[in-house]
Amino acid sequence: MSYKWAASPYLVWMVIFIVVPIILVCYYSLTVRTDAGFRFSTDNFRRFFEPIYLKVLYRSIELAFVATVVCFILGYPLAYILARSDFKHTNVLIMLLVVPMWMNFLLRTYAWMTILEQNGVLNIVLSWLRLPTISILYTEAAVILGMVYNFLPFMVLPIYSVLSKIDPSVVEAAEDLGANGIIVFRKVIFPLSLPGVISGITMVFMPAVTTFVISRLLGGGQFTLIGNLIEQQFLYVSDWGFGSAISLAMMVLILLSMAVMSKFAGEDRGLGLW
Amino acid sequence: MVRALKKCYVAVIFAFLYAPILVLILYSFNNSRSRGTWGGFTLRWYGELLQDRHILGSLYNTIIIAVLSAAIATVIGTAAAIGLNGWRGVQRKVIMNITYIPVLNPDIVTGISLMLLFVFARMPLGLLTMLLAHITFNIPYVILSVLPKLKQLDTHLYEAALDLGATPWYAFKKVILPEIMPGIITGLLLAFTLSIDDFVISFFTTGSGVANLSITIFSMARRGVNPTINAVSTLMFLAVLVLLVIVNLRVSKENSRKGRRNHEQEAYDHRHRRFGSARRLSRNHAR
Repeated sequence: MSYKWAASPYLVWMVIFIVVPIILVCYYSLTVRTDAGFRFSTDNFRRFFEPIYLKVLYRSIELAFVATVVCFILGYPLAYILARSDFKHTNVLIMLLVVPMWMNFLLRTYAWMTILEQNGVLNIVLSWLRLPTISILYTEAAVILGMVYNFLPFMVLPIYSVLSKIDPSVVEAAEDLGANGIIVFRKVIFPLSLPGVISGITMVFMPAVTTFVISRLLGGGQFTLIGNLIEQQFLYVSDWGFGSAISLAMMVLILLSMAVMSKFAGEDRGLGLW
Repeated sequence: MVRALKKCYVAVIFAFLYAPILVLILYSFNNSRSRGTWGGFTLRWYGELLQDRHILGSLYNTIIIAVLSAAIATVIGTAAAIGLNGWRGVQRKVIMNITYIPVLNPDIVTGISLMLLFVFARMPLGLLTMLLAHITFNIPYVILSVLPKLKQLDTHLYEAALDLGATPWYAFKKVILPEIMPGIITGLLLAFTLSIDDFVISFFTTGSGVANLSITIFSMARRGVNPTINAVSTLMFLAVLVLLVIVNLRVSKENSRKGRRNHEQEAYDHRHRRFGSARRLSRNHAR
């Protein structure tokens, strides 16, 4: 049975809509516009190393890093509990973990605006409890909160799927050999769960670094991240060369790290998202 | 004691995940523009929603694009999967890697690269370009849902049908298509949901005032909180919930259909692994 030709419409589509756009990004990033037309240049990439842009890069990585760490601290115990406790309805709980991810990403972020704003839900609750009110909307904390909220399930699911597949007999063997709970976790369970941890970290860090919606809505546009920088270059400044250069750098970085991570994480990457 | 603590922890995390959604739903029925007060139950915002031509227009765009892009992507993607199933070696590897690009790439990069393409081709940005972009990012998901089904396919059945005198098209229709149908439907639903949910790629590939729901929400939210958005959110949440329940019922039905075989396979795997790990452990011990 061979229907090789059936792939041809897709191959045409693929070349036009996947390959050509990437070539265009490369082209724009490696040329500058002069009076005589376009000229080859690496100026766009060199501009990226100016202090203000390095600061943007640094801030993006910093915020994404903090969000990833928080996701890990919150998410690992949750995945562990779900995988290793005999709750009756673990499947339902996993499903409940996935449901919010299917709600529109913008609405999830917008919901936090309602909660965090000056006379929002959080402050109403705080004043009921006679606690001082806080205003964290349009701060870094709000941006990190938004990232943690949006990407937490991406951390929990891969760790859960690895943990739930650990052979109970391995744990039993360790216990028979005299290991206590902490040692079993440190020497057996945690090392075995590392592939899940790695793919969890990837799946949180990557979208967190590239987001421009969360920083725009919850940071109020005060926190320019790489994503915002790209958006600005294309929609406001019309410096397509520079915008393409940043995009290309980001794409190469992310595809490379995905390739490296998938070597570590094996085949289970992203399992259970749908 | 420990169990209660664990339950508490799970409850707290789920509260964190669901609180914002519940708040949105609650406020969509609040008869007061300011969120500091509860002004009683109302359907006023749903009424305003029905009169807001901007929101209705973007809802219409969202649905048109979701239906069209899911349908077209399913046709192209299914054909591609059937075709690719016959490809081998380096060519297949290259094609599959390129297919993965839209899945792995950050949305913003996919968005701007498509925008560059449309501008380069001198296409006016609008509904058509947004549709083309959605088809593009949907096709890989369809291919990735159909390919596994094709791999499970028993090619002897197809050959048997041919031996019994079926034309290749008839055999395809009667033997192959029913077998891979679950994958096709999953891909279709996935594409539909992804299209409805997309913001970033749409944002960069549209223009001249054509917006989908996500874009409208973004521009409204940028100006601050607005009760009509709460009503939109509630309706969208319900719609997604219904879709998800349908998808999951399908998946679990299918699993139970082939449950027996899987079960036996799993038991075998388990035994095997157990044996293997015991061997490994004893070897380590001896060392």
